[in-house]
Formats: sequence, structure tokens, C-alpha cells
Amino acid sequence: MSDTAAAHPDTLADGVDGFVDDWSADKQTFQVHWGKAMMWIFLLSDTFVFSCFLVGYMKVRISTTVVWPLPTEVFALTVAGVSVPLLLIAIMTFILITSSGTMALAVNMGYRGNKKATALLMLATALLGASFVGMQMFEWSKLIEDGVRPWGNPWGAAQFGSAFFMITGFHGFHVSCGVIYLAIIAYKVYQGHYEQYDVVEIAGLYWHFVDLVWVFIFAFFYLW
Amino acid sequence: MSDSTEEGHQEHPLTVYFWIWILLFVFSTFSYAVDYADLQGYLRWVLILVFMVLKAGFIVAIFMHMAWERMALVMAICGPPVAILVLILMMVLEGDYTFVARVVSFAAESVAVR
Repeated sequence: MSDTAAAHPDTLADGVDGFVDDWSADKQTFQVHWGKAMMWIFLLSDTFVFSCFLVGYMKVRISTTVVWPLPTEVFALTVAGVSVPLLLIAIMTFILITSSGTMALAVNMGYRGNKKATALLMLATALLGASFVGMQMFEWSKLIEDGVRPWGNPWGAAQFGSAFFMITGFHGFHVSCGVIYLAIIAYKVYQGHYEQYDVVEIAGLYWHFVDLVWVFIFAFFYLW
Repeated sequence: MSDSTEEGHQEHPLTVYFWIWILLFVFSTFSYAVDYADLQGYLRWVLILVFMVLKAGFIVAIFMHMAWERMALVMAICGPPVAILVLILMMVLEGDYTFVARVVSFAAESVAVR
């Protein structure tokens, strides 16, 4: 049974039976490209890193006896004389979602064998990512100008600054790495280095993860 | 080809991606609207969490193709993060304890406002 299953992956059992078979068959467990399995495991470890940051932030926010600065006011932008809450953060969120969409399309185009569309969509993703980092730099400069430091700020709990710089900084670092990563893969796709497009899907996993982390940062740090 | 091919490739109709893309935009707009409308208290927190979980779920399930992966991979990746919930629970309890301890010990210095 397991021999035929190995020879013909189409006939692998699904669901719980497949789960048990895959793990107990004394052979390769994950029926995917090795790079994809490794990327997932890297992302799992990264999940724990970001979780530790967010849980640490939660803990200091719960335990402080000083008022926590209101993100909705701290990150407000004044447009045409009107103060709009979280405007830049909202734009950054939409940019990252847009880039996630272009990345998903790039993966799809890759598996359709459309080299040019794949490379261009990945490039668009990288450019959107770069603009995200640019806005984050603007946000950091603005906050530093306002007097936010890792050890204090003008509005309340001192831990606000350390949590902000650590969490968004680490996320911004991930985005920056992703931009470089995508640019390299896009270039190589365009050059025709690959016959298989798993590399694009693997790069896509990383990029979607960066977007995923932002979903949690947006909810817990900016909106809470 | 609407399902995984024999080599584990993830090829799906484009419409799926466009739908999820639109949904992500809609849910993000709703999350932002929660702040814009200045909702407070449990309503705010519940709405934030609901939209967050929906967005995260769609990204992982569709964009990252988890919905079409074999259960062996799904369990290996989605199982371990459940442990984080334990850490969150412990840190909520610990955080409350620290807060109370600070209020009791430093009551004279600062008024407890959270």
C-alpha cells in the first residue's frame, strides 16, 4: 500500500489517514519541495520570535501603572487642517495587502510558465514593499522628532517607545530583506534560471508571512 | 487544474486570489473603521480580533495555500503556535499580578490609571 502510494503521489490518502501515513511511513514526511518545507519551518520559528515581541509588549502594557500613549493620537496625521487618526498606518496596511495580492498573482503566473509576468509582478511586489519601508522611515523620523525614545516619550508609559521600535523595527527589517529577496528571485526568473517555479512560491510564502505579521501588529499595537 | 498537482504544486484559478484580495481590503477597511469610529471597550477589542483572525486566516489558507496542503504539513506548522496561547495566558496573569503589586507598593507615588 505505502509502496504504491510513494510511487503515485496522486493516490495518497487525504485528511487524517494521510496525516498518519505521511508521518509513519518511514520516508519523506512532507510531500512538497524541500525548500518549501524548510521555508515553512523558518516561518514557524519566526512566528515564535514575533509572538515573543508581541507578548512582551502585552505584558508591559498590562503591568504599567502609567497611562499608555494612545496610538490613534500618536500616529494621527494632519491633512488639510484635519487630524486623521492612523492615516499613514492605514495606507501602509493597504500597500502591504496590495503587495500580497501581486505576489499571489506572481506565484500563479509562475506555475502557468509565464516568465515575464512572474518577474514583473514580483518586481511590483518588491517596489510596494520598498515604499512600505519608506513610509516606516517617515513614521520613525516623525516619532523621534516628537521625542519618542526607547526609554521614554512625552505622553505616558516609557515602554511605549521600546515596544514600538523593537516590533516595527524587526518587522521593517523583514520587509527590507523581503524586498532584496524578491528582487533577486525576480531577476533570476526573468533571466530564465529556473525550470521549476517552486522558488517563486517559496519567496511568496515569506512575503505573505511579512504581511501576516503586519496584520497582528496593526491589530495589537496600533488599534488596541 | 483547480487542485494540487502530483508534484505538490499550487495552481488555482485567479478568481480565488482576486476574491481574497478584495476581502482583505474590506476587512482592513473595517478594522480601520473601528478606530475611526472611535469604538471603545469590549466591542472594539472583539471587532479588532475578529477582523484580525479573518485576515490572518485568509492569508494563510489561500495566499499561502495552507488550505490545499496535506495535513502532515498543516499540523506541523499550525500546531506549535497553539503553545503561544499558553504563554499569552501566563503573561496576562503575571501582568495583572505585577500591576497590582505596583499599585500596592507604589500607591503613594503615582495614581493608578490604565
